[in-house]
Amino acid sequence: MKKPYEKPVITKVETGLMNKFGNAPYYARKVRTAIDGVSIDALVQQFGSPLFVLSERQLRENYRKLYRAFAARYPNVQFGWSYKTNYLQAVCAVLHQEGAFAEVVSLMEYEKARRLGIPGEKIIFNGPYKPVEILEQAAAEGALINIDHFDEIADLEAVAKKLGKQIRVGIRVNMDTGIYPQWSRFGFNLETGQVMDAVKRIQAGGHLVLTGLHCHIGTFIMEPDAYAQETAKLVQLKYSIEEHFGYQIEFLDIGGGLPSRNRLKGTYLPPEILLPSVEEYAEKITQALYDHLKPGDFPTLVLENGRAIVDEAGYLITTVVASKRLPDGRKAYIADAGVNLLFTAFWYKFTVEMDRDLPGVNESCVIYGPLCMNIDVLDEGTSLPPLERGTRLIFSPVGAYNQTQWMQFIEYRPSVVMVMEDGTVEVIREQEDLSDIERRERLPEKLQLNSIAAE
Amino acid sequence: MDSLRQLAINEEGFVFNPATGESWTVNSTGLYILKLLKEGKDEDTIARQMAAEFDVDLETAQRDVVDFVEKLRSYRLL
Ligand SMILES: Cc1ncc(COP(=O)(O)O)c(C=O)c1O
Repeated sequence: MKKPYEKPVITKVETGLMNKFGNAPYYARKVRTAIDGVSIDALVQQFGSPLFVLSERQLRENYRKLYRAFAARYPNVQFGWSYKTNYLQAVCAVLHQEGAFAEVVSLMEYEKARRLGIPGEKIIFNGPYKPVEILEQAAAEGALINIDHFDEIADLEAVAKKLGKQIRVGIRVNMDTGIYPQWSRFGFNLETGQVMDAVKRIQAGGHLVLTGLHCHIGTFIMEPDAYAQETAKLVQLKYSIEEHFGYQIEFLDIGGGLPSRNRLKGTYLPPEILLPSVEEYAEKITQALYDHLKPGDFPTLVLENGRAIVDEAGYLITTVVASKRLPDGRKAYIADAGVNLLFTAFWYKFTVEMDRDLPGVNESCVIYGPLCMNIDVLDEGTSLPPLERGTRLIFSPVGAYNQTQWMQFIEYRPSVVMVMEDGTVEVIREQEDLSDIERRERLPEKLQLNSIAAE
Repeated sequence: MDSLRQLAINEEGFVFNPATGESWTVNSTGLYILKLLKEGKDEDTIARQMAAEFDVDLETAQRDVVDFVEKLRSYRLL
């Protein structure tokens, strides 16, 4: 009988050096054979590799967990689903079923929400560029428009005149909440008094009615106190506007920005240790409301979280198509998916799981994508046992921003499937082929090459 | 080959270079290849011998030996 085989490995013993991958000892490895009970192998057999897999169960669980954290503490809570985070119809539909409004930031996103059947009154329309034609439609349909700048006030007034009605609006505010960098390019600044100038301007025009305040302080905010400050300042602003201008501020929209359980590059602690819980955020925010709101006043608290809801519901299955040895001795693997699909690889260090347990000690390695581009790196330093060609690597969490910011570049985009709560698997976006890439192209007659060949 | 010859290799897979003070650990197949290299065998011979003794096909064995040798080079052991 032959002896069992294990790929040969040699590892240098480093003494006195802190291991940068401290939690990845020589034999530690993560194996994932299924997603919500559906085997990785079956998924790839049926839908190919690479493959995005979304979990309906995880999506709903995340939504409910977040919603309950707020609804259990405050009587008037409304979520808006941040379309830009993931606007695949199936994802939006699940979240609308859960009760979310649509939070959109462009003409395209507005049209997407409407096509999905969301009425104007359930659309929150944000963003620095809202073309007049869509502003007009949104105003006519009763969408909740949050104004970004003075020019938009003028645009909306023109729309109001045209429609012959007053338009109910919110304004976006930016402020100092102790967070760096401060997102000061959207909306009107609080500390300089620009917000009050905007309200004055709105009142002088007489065509718009201010009913809400909106703010989004940034993304992946790891400090619950920043939200407490934001909330307190918005409440104070609400009362000051109500007192000086007589408007009734009915909603306070504190934006999104809660982190997902993902790991930012450069942080070595796992997210479970580093990140505050959803309850801590909810506690700080609602406490700030109760500390500053007048008794009996409960304006609607609107939240627009994206990544905190969808990131962990997404996985990307990839296949190791080749391996090589780099001149510095590290092992490199080439996967069939790269930064064309995982845009968030630029700032996240994902969890990487293998579809099978492999023998051998871990060695440090790099995982590259298939693009013929130097920047195409999925993980620039991880620790894995020697991988066989054909091994599947599962990257997560990848549900946020990848299926909206992915690039059609060099490769086709793969299928996206959703594992449903009942255990079935649905294709929610088909794999592309050449017709998707070329459908909008026109090749001028003079340049048709096959006519030359035919001569 | 010189630095290979001066290596102290024990049966548990601990490798020590007295000249530089560096040390490494190897697994069983790594140890197997190291010893044959030290005896002066070439890569192809080692791969064939390994495929005969271990539960591995020749093609994989050849690839793995080449990869291991490159790793040794990166440690300047070859
Ligand atoms: C206005 C607004 N709301 C909500 C979001 C969602 O952010 P996140 O995914 O960080 O929760 C964004 C993202 O940039 C945004 O610009």
